[in-house]
This record gives sequence, C-alpha cells and structure tokens, in this order.
Amino acid sequence: MISSQTLVEKIWNNHRILNNEGMDLLFIDRHFVHEGSHHAFHKISASGREVRHPRLTFGVADHYAPTGVGKPDEAMSVMISRLRENTAQHRIDSFDLSDARHGIVHVTMPEQGLSLPGTTIVCGDSHTATHGAFGAFAFGIGASEVAHVLATQTLWQKPVEPMRITINGRLPFGTSAKDLALYVIAQIGTGGAAGYSVEYAGDTVARLSIEGRMTLCNMTIEMGARSGIIPPDDITFTWLKGRALAPVGADWDTAVAQWRDLKSDRNATFKKDLTIEASNVVPMVTWGTAPDQVAAVTACVPFDGADDAALRYMGLTAGQAITAMPIDQAFIGSCTNGRYSDLLEASRVLLDNQVKVPLLISPGSAEVARQAEANGLVDIFIQSGATWARSGCSLCVGMNGDRVKPGQRCASTSNRNFKGRQGKGSRTHLMSPAMVAAAAVAGCIVDVRQHAGYRRSGSVPS
Amino acid sequence: MPSENIDTDQLIPARFMNRTRSSGYGGYLFYDLRYDAHGAQIPEFELNKTSGSEVILVGGQNFGCGSSREAAVYALLDYGFRAIVAPSFGDIFRNNASKNGLLTVPLKDQDHTEFVEQLSQSGSTNVKIDLAMQTLGFTSGANFSFEIDPAIKRKMLQGIDDLAETLQYKAMIENFETKYLQSKPWLFPK
Repeated sequence: MISSQTLVEKIWNNHRILNNEGMDLLFIDRHFVHEGSHHAFHKISASGREVRHPRLTFGVADHYAPTGVGKPDEAMSVMISRLRENTAQHRIDSFDLSDARHGIVHVTMPEQGLSLPGTTIVCGDSHTATHGAFGAFAFGIGASEVAHVLATQTLWQKPVEPMRITINGRLPFGTSAKDLALYVIAQIGTGGAAGYSVEYAGDTVARLSIEGRMTLCNMTIEMGARSGIIPPDDITFTWLKGRALAPVGADWDTAVAQWRDLKSDRNATFKKDLTIEASNVVPMVTWGTAPDQVAAVTACVPFDGADDAALRYMGLTAGQAITAMPIDQAFIGSCTNGRYSDLLEASRVLLDNQVKVPLLISPGSAEVARQAEANGLVDIFIQSGATWARSGCSLCVGMNGDRVKPGQRCASTSNRNFKGRQGKGSRTHLMSPAMVAAAAVAGCIVDVRQHAGYRRSGSVPS
Repeated sequence: MPSENIDTDQLIPARFMNRTRSSGYGGYLFYDLRYDAHGAQIPEFELNKTSGSEVILVGGQNFGCGSSREAAVYALLDYGFRAIVAPSFGDIFRNNASKNGLLTVPLKDQDHTEFVEQLSQSGSTNVKIDLAMQTLGFTSGANFSFEIDPAIKRKMLQGIDDLAETLQYKAMIENFETKYLQSKPWLFPK
C-alpha cells in the first residue's frame, strides 16, 4: 500500500500509545519547563507523584529572569527559586540564571541540541511551536497538561487537521523571516489556522536558515495553529551535529538515518493548502492589537476592516501613514527574534549610528550573548547608545519588571501586540530586528530599505 | 463581550501570574480593562456594569487566543464563571478550560449572532446550558446545539481527573515505552 501521510501524521502515529473516544494518548520525547510550571509541580507534589522521566525533562528560568534593566520584585525571584527547588527535587537538569546554558527556553534548548527531528516536544508556553523548525511536532500546553506530562510522559491529544503553506521565491532585500511570518499571518488571520497543524514547504523555506525557520514556526501560533513544522534536511542536521546534548557517535548515525525519512508523502492530502510568493514580501509593521492587524511599512493604517477599539487603544487614525510614526522606545529580543542572526541584522543598522529613543537589547541566551560579545556586536550596540541587557523573555511579556509605560509606543521584535502585553497601556508595533533598529535610530517608524548604512552593509536575505 | 480575539493577556495580565492558586485569581480577571491606572473601576467595562454573580460569559471569535497561561482559566473560574460561549476558541485555552471544569460552548457563527441578539432583547437571567443534551438556550424559547469532544463531556459530567484516568493505562504505557525507547537509542542525551 502506498503511504499518504503528512509529516505530522507520521510523527503522531509513531508516538501513539492508544486511542480512546477520539483522543490519542501520545508519548512525549521532550518536556521543557520554566518558572510558570509551578502550578504543575504543585499539582503532582500534592498527589505524591514522581516525575516519570526526569532525563527527558529540562528546565530553564526565562520568564522572570532579570535583565538588569527593570525593577524585579521579591515575588519574581521567588518564582525563579521555586523552579530551582522543584527541578532539584525531581532530579531535572535545569539551567539557572548563572548557568552557561541559560536563556529563553525556545532559544537555548535548540542550541543545546535538545530539539530533534521527529520528536514530540511540549512546554507550558504557546511559542513551543518554534521547535517545529527542526521537524519536531512541538506545541504549547497549559499547567494541567504540564502536570500530566511530568507524571506520565504522555499527553491526550485530539487529532489536528493538516494545513500546508508553500512559500516560493526569493525574500527581497530588507526583509526577513519575521516579515514573512507577519505577511503569512496577514493572509490567514489570527484564527485562520485554529485546529490545524501547519507544515511549511517550498523553496523559500528550504533555503531559510535554522534561525529563520525558528522565527517562522514560532509565529505560527499567532494564526491559531497547534504547531508549525518544517521537514528536516541537511541544513537541520548540520546545525544540530556536535551540539552539547545532541546524539553522538553511533547514536547520531542511527538518528540521522531515521530523520532522513521525515517528510510528508507525495500524495499526502492537506485540508487547507496555500501558496505564498516570497518576492511580494515587504518590511511589515503591526498597527493594531492583534498580529494580523499588520501592513507594509509603505502603507497606511487601513480604512477597511480597521478595528476602532484597536485604533483607539493604539492612538491611531485610519489612513495615517505607518512611516514617520514616532516611537518612545524599542526592544530587540524574545524567542521570536533574540538569536545571533537577529542581533547581527540589527548591528548593521546601528553601526556608526546613535539611537534617538531607548533601545533595549536582550540576547536570546547566554550563548548568543557570548557570540555577540566575541564578534564585536556588543561594542556596536553600546556605542549606538542602546542598552545591552541579560537574557530573558524581558519586554516581550513584561513579567520580569521590564515594562513599557502606559501610552508609550514601542517598536518591538517580539511576537504579540496584544493590549497591555508589554505593560498596562503599552502600544506595541511588531517588526523585524533591522526595522526595530532603524526605528530606534530615527525615533520613528522608517523603512529599513532606505537606511544608508544597512544598504551599504549589503545584508542579503535568505 | 462579543468582541473578537479576547486574548489571555487581557483575561489576566502576566504580572499577576506569580500568585499561588489558593490565593484566588478572580480579582485579576480582565484587570487592566476593569481598573484604571489608579485602581478605580472603569464604569464602561462590561464586568463593572453587572452584579458579579453571572456564571456564563459570552465572547467573540477566537476567545482565549494567545499565551498558554492556565491562569486565564483560573481567573474566570475564581471570578465565578462556569461556562464561556463563543463562536471559536483559542486551541490551548479550550484545552486548559476542559481540564479545570470550565465549559467552553462553541456556537455556529449564525447561532452566535442570533443568541447575542436575543440576549440583548430578553435579558440574560434565563439562559440555560444542558451539557448532557449539548444545548444552550433560553428557559423559554430558542435552543442552540453545540459540539463537544465526547471524552471532555464525559469527564466533565462525571468529574473525572485526567491524570487518574491515564494511570489506568499504566501497563499499556510501559509496554509502549519499552519498545519505543529501544527503537530510538539516541533519545536520551548522554
């Protein structure tokens, strides 16, 4: 019989223990925990249960990690010590603030070689979709499910419908995986992929670096999808090989041999099948309070379909140009755009320039920080007047004391422009790292393609 | 509150999530929409116009989208809500709700529009949800049907804990695990 399965269906079937009433019980290969997992640890402790597979569970303190900028309070450090205690009690390897492996969960776990093709990966964080960049079926779960995985290393899941997004063509100068992700979300809408598992295909995706793939998969949750996935290839294997916790020796060879088969069958059917032309992508900027309220930097806040409540909250009017909109501050970091390649892009804009508004740069991990320091990026940042901070979720979610003040407008490389996300009353405009850097230099939203230094740097998109 | 995309950051701002569950999350529900910068109630906000004894919340498309924070469900439950009615829900929110006994009622778009219209005419005190029959409607008048996963329905009606139920399959899980881990020798980091 000719197989006609999608990649996710193959991974799913490979992990299915049993089926009951339309729900499948799946085995979980990797479980990542962070400070927010305290409810789950409390739950299993209260019922006297043990962690089933401590060696398949990894922790890191990121949501409350102090960056040295905002004012952390007592309750925030309690969250970090609680994670330390819970993981120690259950013999889970956890990367504390002083650990060389510290960072944002969706940046540091891949760096350590823990996000592997064909695996099921869960974490109590919606941006777990990021790990789909390695050909893993990865998705975010809530605290009750975290407790369930801790205790059983399994999870009940209702099968999801497959959706394929095929992206072909070259991304133009001045655009990145972030612009591509926002462009795709604009077509699909925030709820357009609800109940679906998205597979990315096409030559653009095949050419994307692992970092770019992580950005794209990361933002898939913003379309409402359960997960985003990219079939693993030589780019994936090369990136993973030799990482601290990746398989080695004969195990590596066995693994790669298994991973090479991880792709959707030619005749697999997708319930939704879309095609996107990458050469149409331009630098994108969100104007509203949902990620699909987004427009080209050259466009205006739309008249049609503009949401009045969003415009009121953002202090904007329909028809207003996106460029020249003054900003109060800027942020580069997060699990979406806190990787070395993101900082490199920003440095091309910031070189020999001064920022006009406060720019906070928080690297995605301690490893990213070390690379940025070693290669002179940090000198460029500091000379530009930006603030170089420690690694953590920081201003993406505003849980560690880093906050945008009410009514202030922030150009941000993060993933959500929700009301109050960066602090009560904060106004967030999502964009790429290069666009945020350019906005910080200009003091207002500008088109990075017009930026002289960035043009000279000849930044070539993937 | 039938507006679209009521995300979990609106349901509970992230800064309140370091509280323990036993301290109660109800006071943080929609905090930044309910209170101004000085902590005074914003009178126009829907929850500030009601008695606080409501048990059903009517939302719009994509209710509970965004962050996976289960605290959003805790806040709704601790405030007193027992069910959320909306045309569609955020995937993780719907899951989280089902694990905590908060019923999510997905109505077809047209039914939802009609329900909201009737609600504004006939008032909101005589609405009834019958989980066994999978209907939502007015004690006298129209009824709308809704879909729910059979497993979630059964567990809700019987008040069964997911974890306890899974452990009944312990032998099957262990059997699977042994074979599976043998086939993937590279899975455990060395």
